[in-house]
Amino acid sequence: MNAPTALTEADFEPSPSTHRAEQLSRPSLSYWQDAWRRLKNNTRAIISLYLIMALAFFTIIGPLLWTQDPAAQDLDQISQAPALPKTARLVADYVPWQVPISAEHPAEPDDYPDRLDPVTDFRTSGIATTQSVRLTWSPVNEAGGYSIYRSETRPDGLMGLGLPLETVSGGNVLGFEDRLNLKSQSYFYSIVPTDGFDEFDVVTTIQVNPEQSITQSQAILQGLATPEDLPGQAITLAFHPFGTDYLGRDILARLMQGAQVSLFIGVVAPLIYVLFGVFYGGFAGYLGGKVDQLMMRFADFVVALPFLLFMILFKIAFGIGPGESGVMPMLVALILLLWPGTARLVRGQVLKIREQGYIEAARLLGGNSSYLILRHIIPNTMGVILVTLTFAVPSAIFTEAFLSFIGMGVAPPTPSWGSMCNEGVKTMLSHPHELFFPALFISITVLAFNLLGDGLTEALDSKMRSRDL
Amino acid sequence: MLRYTLGRLLSGILTVWFIATATFLAMHAVPGDPLMNEKATTPEIRQNLAKKYGLDRPIPEQYIIFLGNMLQGDFGLSFTQQNRKVNDIIRDHFPVSAALGILAITFAAAGGILWGALTALYRNRLPDIIIMFLVILGISVPSFVFAALGQMLLVNINQWFGTSVLPVAGWGSLAHMLMPSLVLGLGTMALLTRLMRSSMLEVVNEDYIKTAKAKGLSSQRIFFKHQLRNAILPVVTVLGPQIAAITTGGFVVELVFAIPGLGRYFVQAVQQLDYTVIMGTTVFYGAFLVLMVIIVDIIYGFIDPRVRLK
Repeated sequence: MNAPTALTEADFEPSPSTHRAEQLSRPSLSYWQDAWRRLKNNTRAIISLYLIMALAFFTIIGPLLWTQDPAAQDLDQISQAPALPKTARLVADYVPWQVPISAEHPAEPDDYPDRLDPVTDFRTSGIATTQSVRLTWSPVNEAGGYSIYRSETRPDGLMGLGLPLETVSGGNVLGFEDRLNLKSQSYFYSIVPTDGFDEFDVVTTIQVNPEQSITQSQAILQGLATPEDLPGQAITLAFHPFGTDYLGRDILARLMQGAQVSLFIGVVAPLIYVLFGVFYGGFAGYLGGKVDQLMMRFADFVVALPFLLFMILFKIAFGIGPGESGVMPMLVALILLLWPGTARLVRGQVLKIREQGYIEAARLLGGNSSYLILRHIIPNTMGVILVTLTFAVPSAIFTEAFLSFIGMGVAPPTPSWGSMCNEGVKTMLSHPHELFFPALFISITVLAFNLLGDGLTEALDSKMRSRDL
Repeated sequence: MLRYTLGRLLSGILTVWFIATATFLAMHAVPGDPLMNEKATTPEIRQNLAKKYGLDRPIPEQYIIFLGNMLQGDFGLSFTQQNRKVNDIIRDHFPVSAALGILAITFAAAGGILWGALTALYRNRLPDIIIMFLVILGISVPSFVFAALGQMLLVNINQWFGTSVLPVAGWGSLAHMLMPSLVLGLGTMALLTRLMRSSMLEVVNEDYIKTAKAKGLSSQRIFFKHQLRNAILPVVTVLGPQIAAITTGGFVVELVFAIPGLGRYFVQAVQQLDYTVIMGTTVFYGAFLVLMVIIVDIIYGFIDPRVRLK
C-alpha cells in the first residue's frame, strides 16, 4: 500500500489552460461601430459628411472671416459679376454743372431754317467718370436746340442712335450733363441739331469711356478712403468675390447670412418634429390597442392636409409683426405638419420590436417597462430615426426655399437662399450669377444630405429605401 | 372589393371634413381681416359688408354655415374680386392646373419607368451611371431653378431658330404646356426612376424569374412579361401622393411661366387675405388629393389582390 502523500494547497489550484477554443479572432464590434465602419467605406457618404462640415464652417465661422455687411448697399457696383477687386478714381462730391451758354448766339433762330449743319467740336468737358459725363459742343448757325442720344453700340448714321437723353432747347446752350446709370464701358453719344421743334438729318457721334469713380463722401462712408485722400487718387473698391445683387449688396456675405436662416430652419425643424414624432409614435406603438388606433387616426388626418397650402396658411395664421423675419412662423408650420411621418415609422418599428424574442427574454429576466424602452426599444429604433432625420433636412431646406421663392417665406431684408433665388430669377438673363450662387448652395446642401442619408441607410441596413443606390 | 372601396370612401370623407375644419380654424387665426383693405370704411359700411359676408356672427355659427354651404358645394363669394364666386374661380382655373398636372404626371411616370428599367438593365454600366447621376441632380436641384433654366432654354432655342418654336410663357395650346409640364414632372421622374430601379433589381432575384428562365422563355419575354410588370407595382403606390406633390408644386411653374392656374390664384388670394377663396381652394385641393389617393388605392387593389385582404 502506498504511503499516503500529503496534499498541499497548491495541488488544488486549477492547471493553467493553454488551449483557448473560445477565443474570438477579431474584436467584437457594437452595432454603431459596425455601422461607422461600413459608412467609412462609402466614399460618397464621406465626401458628403465633409461637405456638410464645410457648410457648417461657412455658416458659423464664415461671417467672422468675411466681415462685409450683407445689408450694405454699394450703389456704384450694382449687379456686378464675380470679379477681382476694382479700382476707381476718387472724385469730389457732385455739384451741378453750370452749362456753358453762348453769348453771341441767339437762343431761337429768326426764321425756320431749311437745313442745318452738323454739330462740330462735339467733345467731353473734363474727365468722363461714372458719376457724370459732361458734353459740350460748338453752336450751329440757326439751330433752335439740340437732341442728345446715348447708345451702347456704334450707331450707323441716323440708325440706332439709342436712348434719347434730352432735347436741349435753345441754340445757344452748349452743354449737357449725363448722370443716368453710367457704367464703366463704352458709350456712343450722338447729337442732332433742331430748329426748336424738329430734328434735322445730320448727326455727330463720339465715343466716350467713362472711368469707374466714386465720390469722396461715398468712399468715406464705405470706409474706403479717409478725408485726407484727394480727388483724382485711385482707390480700391470693396471686393465682391461672388459679385453683387441688384442693390449692390455683397452676395458672399448674403449667402453666409442666408445660410444661417436656411440651415437653421433645415436643421432645427426636423430635429424638433422628429423628436416629437418619436415620442408620439413610440407611445402609440408601446401602448397599442384603442389608444394606438386613435392616435394614428389623427396622424393620418394630418398627413392628408395638402402640405404646401397649409404651410402657407399656417405661416400667415401665425403672422409676421413689423421688423420680424418670419423664420419662427415657418418653423412652427413645418413642425405642425411634418411630425406624422416619423410617428408612423417609429410606431411600426416599435410594434415590430415589441414582438422580438430579446424583449420577451428581458421581460422574463425582470426588466420593467422603462428599462425595456430605454435599453432595448429606443436603441433599436435609433438607426431608422437617424436616417429619417438625415432625409428630413433636405426636404425642410427645399420647403423654405420654395416658400421664399413664391414670396411667402422670410421677409426682406433677411436673406435666405430661397429669397435670394427669388430676387435672382428676375435678372436671370442679364446677371445669371445672382440666381446661380444661391441655387448652387441649395443644391449642394440637399445633395450632401441626400447622399449621406443613402450612405446611412446602407450602413445601418434599415430596410427603408433604395439599398442599391 | 366593394367593402374595401366603401371603407376607403368613408375615411376619405372624414379626412375632407378634417381638412375643412383645420382650414377654417387657421383662417380665423389670421391677424387682420379681409375688410381691412376696403376703401370706404365708415363703421356703417363695414358693418354692412360684415353682414353680407356673415362675418358678424359668432365663430361657431360661421363654422356651421361654412360646413353647410360646403356640403352643397358652395364656397361663397370672393372678397377681392367683385361679385365673383369662388366656385367660378375654381371652375375657370382648376382645369388649367389639372391639364398641366396630367401631362406632368404622364411625363414623370413614362420617364421614370423607362429610365428605371434601363438602369436596371445596364446595371453598373455607363447608361446606369449617367442616368443615376442625372437622377441625383433632379432630386437635389430646386424646381424653381429648373423652371428658370427651362425658360432660358426656350429663349435660346427661339433665338437660334429665329422664330418662336415653343412659346416662352403663357397659356392656350399644347405648345405652351410642353416645357412647364416637363419641368413640373422632373422631380417626380427622378424619384420614380430610383424606385423603379431598386424594384427591378429586387424582382430579378425572385423565384418566378428563375422558373421562367428554367422553362426556356426568351429574355425579352421575361423582361417585359415578368420583370417589368411586377416591378411597376411599387411605382403605382407612390403615384397617389406624387399627384399631390405635382399639383401643389405647380405654384412655381405657374408663376414662372405665367400660367393662369389655380395655384397662382391661391398665392394671390393669400396675399390679399381673400378668406373665401383661400378656404375654398384649400378644401377643394384637399378633397381632390384625397380622391386621387383613394382612386390609386382602389386601382392598386385591382392590380394586387393582397392589398384589399389586409
